[in-house]
Amino acid sequence: MEVIAFLVPLALLLGLFGLLGFLWSLKNGQYDDLEGAAWRAISDDDETPTTPGPSTAHRGV
Amino acid sequence: MQATRDFSHYVKHLGSGLAHIDLAVEGVSCAGCMSKIERGLSAIPDVTLARVNLTDRRVALEWKEGALDPARFIDRLAELGYKAYPFETVSAEAAEVENSRFLLRCLGVAAFATMNVMMLSIPVWSGNVSDMLPEQRDFFHWMSALIALPAAAYAGQPFFRSAFNALRTGNVNMDVPISIGVILALAMSVIETIGHAEHAYFDAAIMLLTFLLVGRYLDQSMRRRTRAVAGNLAALKAETATKFVGPDEISVVPAAAITAGDMVLLRPGERSAVDGTVIEGRSEIDQSLITGETRHAAVEAGSAVYAGSLNISGALRIRVSAAAEGTLLAEIQRLLDHAVQARSRYVQLADRASRLYAPLVHATALLTMIGWLIAGASLHDSVITAIAVLIITCPCALGLAIPTVQTIAAGAMFRAGVLINSGDAIERVAEVDHVIFDKTGTLTLPELDVVNSASVPADVFELAGRLALASHHPVAAALARSARANSPLPGVTEEPGQGVRGSFGSEEVRLGRPSFCNAEDLAEEILRRDPEASVVAFARGEQRYVFAVRQGLRPDARETVAALQRRGIAVEILSGDREPAVRAAAETLGIPEWRAGVTPSDKIARIEELKRQGVKVMMVGDGLNDAPSLAAAHVSMSPISAAHLSQATADLVFLGKPLAPVIAAIDYSRKALRLMRQNLYLAVGYNFLAVPIAILGFVTPLIAAAAMSGSSILVMLNALRGRRVRQEVV
Repeated sequence: MEVIAFLVPLALLLGLFGLLGFLWSLKNGQYDDLEGAAWRAISDDDETPTTPGPSTAHRGV
Repeated sequence: MQATRDFSHYVKHLGSGLAHIDLAVEGVSCAGCMSKIERGLSAIPDVTLARVNLTDRRVALEWKEGALDPARFIDRLAELGYKAYPFETVSAEAAEVENSRFLLRCLGVAAFATMNVMMLSIPVWSGNVSDMLPEQRDFFHWMSALIALPAAAYAGQPFFRSAFNALRTGNVNMDVPISIGVILALAMSVIETIGHAEHAYFDAAIMLLTFLLVGRYLDQSMRRRTRAVAGNLAALKAETATKFVGPDEISVVPAAAITAGDMVLLRPGERSAVDGTVIEGRSEIDQSLITGETRHAAVEAGSAVYAGSLNISGALRIRVSAAAEGTLLAEIQRLLDHAVQARSRYVQLADRASRLYAPLVHATALLTMIGWLIAGASLHDSVITAIAVLIITCPCALGLAIPTVQTIAAGAMFRAGVLINSGDAIERVAEVDHVIFDKTGTLTLPELDVVNSASVPADVFELAGRLALASHHPVAAALARSARANSPLPGVTEEPGQGVRGSFGSEEVRLGRPSFCNAEDLAEEILRRDPEASVVAFARGEQRYVFAVRQGLRPDARETVAALQRRGIAVEILSGDREPAVRAAAETLGIPEWRAGVTPSDKIARIEELKRQGVKVMMVGDGLNDAPSLAAAHVSMSPISAAHLSQATADLVFLGKPLAPVIAAIDYSRKALRLMRQNLYLAVGYNFLAVPIAILGFVTPLIAAAAMSGSSILVMLNALRGRRVRQEVV
C-alpha cells in the first residue's frame, strides 16, 4: 500500500493542472460569452469562408 | 452647417498602434447574425478584430490606429441591417463583471477541492467499516486538510466578508451561520485529525461552500446580464447633442462627451440631452417627459431647458449648465434624497429567516453540549457533538433557497420584458396591493400618434405622410410615422412657422397650420370633440383634411388595468397633467380613482397616506417629476423610455410598448415568493430530520454529506418551478 503515498499526490497534481487550466481560461475571457461559445461550436463558418479576402487572415478568432 | 459625427470619446487606445471600441448592437439573437456581423466587419481593411458577444449583445472591434473612422463601423452594421451604437462601460457594470469573475474563480477552486477531498473521503468511509489502518486514515485526513484549508480560505471569502460586515454593524445575515459552520467544521476536523480520530469533516465544509457558490454565481450572472441589457438599451438610445466647435461650426457628439459651459444647438423635433439655458432663439418645448404636462411651454433667451424636453418650432442655442440651482431639478433632487432616506430599510426574507434560524441552531448546539456534560461525557466529546449539530444544521440549503428562486424568476421576468434593478425587488413586488400609475409616458406611449386616421382615405393619409417627411415639426413627424411614409415628395418648400408645400401630379399639396391650409372650420370641429389633441391640416387641390395627433394609450392598457383589478389590486392615477386629459384616460381605462395636476410632493404625500394605512404601493412612472415618488413607494417600476433619474430610482424597468410586463412582474414575483417560502420550510425541515442523530452523537461525515447535498438538490429542483406562471389572458 506504500504506493498510495505516491499516487495520491500525483492525482492531486493532475487535478491542480486542471484547476490552473480553468483559471487561465477564465482570465483569458473564455467564460465571458457562454451563449456565443455554444453557437460557435456548431457553426461551420471556418470551413466555408464565403468572403475570402486578405482581412480574414487577421481575424482574431 | 454640415455636422460631422465624432465618436472619439468612446475609442480606447491600446498602445501598439491599435484602437478599440465596443458597440451595443440591436437584434443580434442567433449564430447566423454573429457570423454575418463578424464577416461583414472583418471585410473592412485594417480591422484586426471583430468579435460578437452574444450574451451581452455587443461587438468588440480593434483596428489600426488612425486608419479608420469608427462611424464607418456603425454605417457598415446599418448596411447589414443592425442598429449599433458605441458603448461606454459604466463603473457599476464593470464592478459586476469583476465580481462575477471572482465568484467563478472561487467556485472553480471550491469545486476542485471538493472533488479531490471526496476522492480521499470515500476510501475513509469504506475503510472505516472494513480494514483500513489508522495510519492510512491519518494520511488521508492530512491530505484532505492540505487541500481543504487553503481552498476554504480562498473560496469562502465572499461569505466571510459579508458575515464580518453584518456582525460589525450589529446585524445577522445568512452568511453568519454559514461562516461559523464552515470555520468550526474545519477547526474541529484539524483537532480530530491530530487526535487520530475516525471522523473528519473537511468534505462537508468544502462541499457546503461549493453548493453555496453555485447559488451566488447564478444570482450574480443573472443580475449582470440584466445590467448589460439595460446598458445596451441606454446606449442604443444614442443620445447625442449638436455641439458648437467654432462660431458657426457644429459637430454631433455623444451626450456623455458634453461638459458644462459647452454651447449646443437644439433643432426643431430634437429632444434635448442636456440641461441648460437658452442663449439665442425662440421656440415652444414639450416638457411632458419631465413634468407630465402635455401643453407646450414657450421659451426664449434666458429660459431653462431640461434634458428630455422636445423642441417644437424654432432652433435654440443653449449653454449647458453644470447643475440647476433653485430650479425644478434641484427641487426634485431634494425630494428624492428625502424619500430615499425615509424608505424604511426593507428586511429581506433571507435575512429574516436567518435572524430566526441562527439563534435557534446555536442554542440547540449549546444545549447539546450542556446536556452531554450533565450526562457525564468528557468536555472534548461534548464539544465535538455540539459542533456536529452545527455542521448538520448549517444552512446550506437555506443559503440556496432564495437565490435560486430569484435567479429563475428574474430570468422568466427578463423574457417577459422586465429588468430588475434591485435584488429584493421580487419580494416587495409580490406584496403589492395598490398600483399608482403616472399618465403621460406610462399609461400613454411617449410618442405622438394620429388618432383619426380611420376617417381619412388611405391614399390621402399616405400622401400627407410623404409630405410630412419634409418637416422637422414633431406633429408632422408623428404623421409621417403613423402613415409609415418613407419616400419624401420631391421639391417641397417649407414656410417657417406655417407648414410645407409641394406638388403631387398637377395639384398643389400643403401641410401645416389650419390657417395655412384654409381648414380652420374643420380643425375647430375636431378640437371641440378632442380638446387634448394637436391638429395638422392637409390640403390637396380643393380637398381639406385635418389630422388629430396626441399621445395614445398603450395598446393593452385597458386589459392590464382590468387584469390588475381582477387580482384584487387597487389602481389609481396620479398625474401632473391637466384634469380633462387625466379624466379622459381614467374613464377609458375604467380607473375610478384619479387626481390631476399633482406636484411631486403631492404624489409623495398620497403615497405616505396609503403607507400609513398599511397599503403596499407600487408606483409606475417615467417622468423626472415621478422620481421622488418612485423612491417613496414600496416598490417602483419605469418604462425604458423614462428619464434617467427615474430609471435609476425604479426597482424594475420594463421594455416595449405594452403595459403587460406590469402584470408579468406581479405574477412571477408572487409565485417566486411562494416558492421561496416553500424552500425555506423544505431546507429547515430536511436539516432537522438529521438533528436528533447529531444530538445523540451518531452523526458521521457520510450522513452530513448526504443531508447537505440532498436538501440542496431538493431546493434547486423546487426553484425550477418558478419558470412558469399560470398563463392568463390579460
